[in-house]
Amino acid sequence: MAGKTQKDAAEALAGVLFDGMTIMAGGFGLCGIPENLIAAIRETGVKNLTVVSNNCGIDGFGLGVLLESGQIKKMISSYVGENKLFEKLYLSGELELEFNPQGTLAERIRAGGAGIPAFFTKTGVGTLVAEGKETREFDGELYVMERGLTADLAIVKAHTGDAEGNLVYRKTARNFNPMMATAGKVTIAEIEHLVPVGSLDKDNIHTPGIYVDRIFQGANFEKRIERVTTRPKETQMGEEKASA
Amino acid sequence: MAWTRDEMAARAASELRDGFYVNLGIGIPTLVANYIPAGMHVTLQSENGMLGMGPFPHEGEEDADLINAGKQTITELDSSSYFSSADSFAMIRGGHIALSILGGMQVSEKGDLANWMVPGKVVKGMGGAMDLVAGVKRVVVVMDHVEKSGAPKLLKACTLPLTGAGVVDLLITDLGVFEVGRGKSPLKLTALASGVTLDEIKAKTEAEFEVGL
Repeated sequence: MAGKTQKDAAEALAGVLFDGMTIMAGGFGLCGIPENLIAAIRETGVKNLTVVSNNCGIDGFGLGVLLESGQIKKMISSYVGENKLFEKLYLSGELELEFNPQGTLAERIRAGGAGIPAFFTKTGVGTLVAEGKETREFDGELYVMERGLTADLAIVKAHTGDAEGNLVYRKTARNFNPMMATAGKVTIAEIEHLVPVGSLDKDNIHTPGIYVDRIFQGANFEKRIERVTTRPKETQMGEEKASA
Repeated sequence: MAWTRDEMAARAASELRDGFYVNLGIGIPTLVANYIPAGMHVTLQSENGMLGMGPFPHEGEEDADLINAGKQTITELDSSSYFSSADSFAMIRGGHIALSILGGMQVSEKGDLANWMVPGKVVKGMGGAMDLVAGVKRVVVVMDHVEKSGAPKLLKACTLPLTGAGVVDLLITDLGVFEVGRGKSPLKLTALASGVTLDEIKAKTEAEFEVGL
């Protein structure tokens, strides 16, 4: 069996990309994003991408770099408020956008990876989100049908992993990564620390290796912070210092 | 004198109860964390995947892997746990969160909330707000009573795209407090900010309401 471990992002992406494909990208804001893979996708110039990601990075970092290079045709997201270029491209009609409520997006991906083609949720009933979709009453409450979601490629980021593709995430950098790992026809994981098989705690593996096709240790992680917020010693109040 | 942002947050904090799991939205709702009564045990949920949010870190102790739903750096507590976005919204949608305090652009007398977009102008997205109002047991909205232009925000019907229909339980503005009751009972004014008159609040409100001060 060919190994899953790759040298770097470019090698991990070899033979996988094509114009017009759908890519899921893990992360919440800039937290837990596969930054090496995003940079490598930009280098390839692949275009007309549909990208499924909760946000679209910021101007100049994260998925924002694929917007700048014009490689994204459509985004499926829940919140894009941090990105001025996004707003501009959308309002001028150069970018398609499908807003999904965050929980609906997470569940669509979870369902897609689990072989569930559709489900019913209360979220969005009576709003624009439910327009054109089937609704049904269960136990006196109205629900809207949402479809499971899969992608040609899922790119995820974990803290630690092994050659089997087992992944462990760290703190809130987990977010959308575990579901996306299950929903890609091909899933590539970039990790901060590649450890020997057998050294991860088997009871605490977040993503079992079956979902991961290729894995590599990222060359460098900038791990930029979007909103550094601190408190002075001795007080509770937070004070925002600067935006990234 | 209308209430300040902090006074509105303090009023919202009086909705907290011991043992509650609570989700706080961005803006004034975030300030509510500063007014949790001493001795009361409240667990804050952050919908990006954490229970038991701690305070903002001291300078130099920020962790890029530890942020809240507003993308601000935070800290963990001994009681904290982390989970995926799917698990997080299972908690929210599944009715396991007792209280959500959210910001608003418009609220209607029917209990509708609009707080996610202004067509053709503001394109940000709903984030987790639609899931929160659909699944959380009690929804409190905190917002200014009128727009900067002076236009009312408490309306007969929202003009902006809805976040949810018939979802608001209580509204706290800088001028007073209204029981909204998800539109199942008549809108009722239950408190006035100090120095605000009934005439002033009537003049600045489009919705019909009863007075139960």
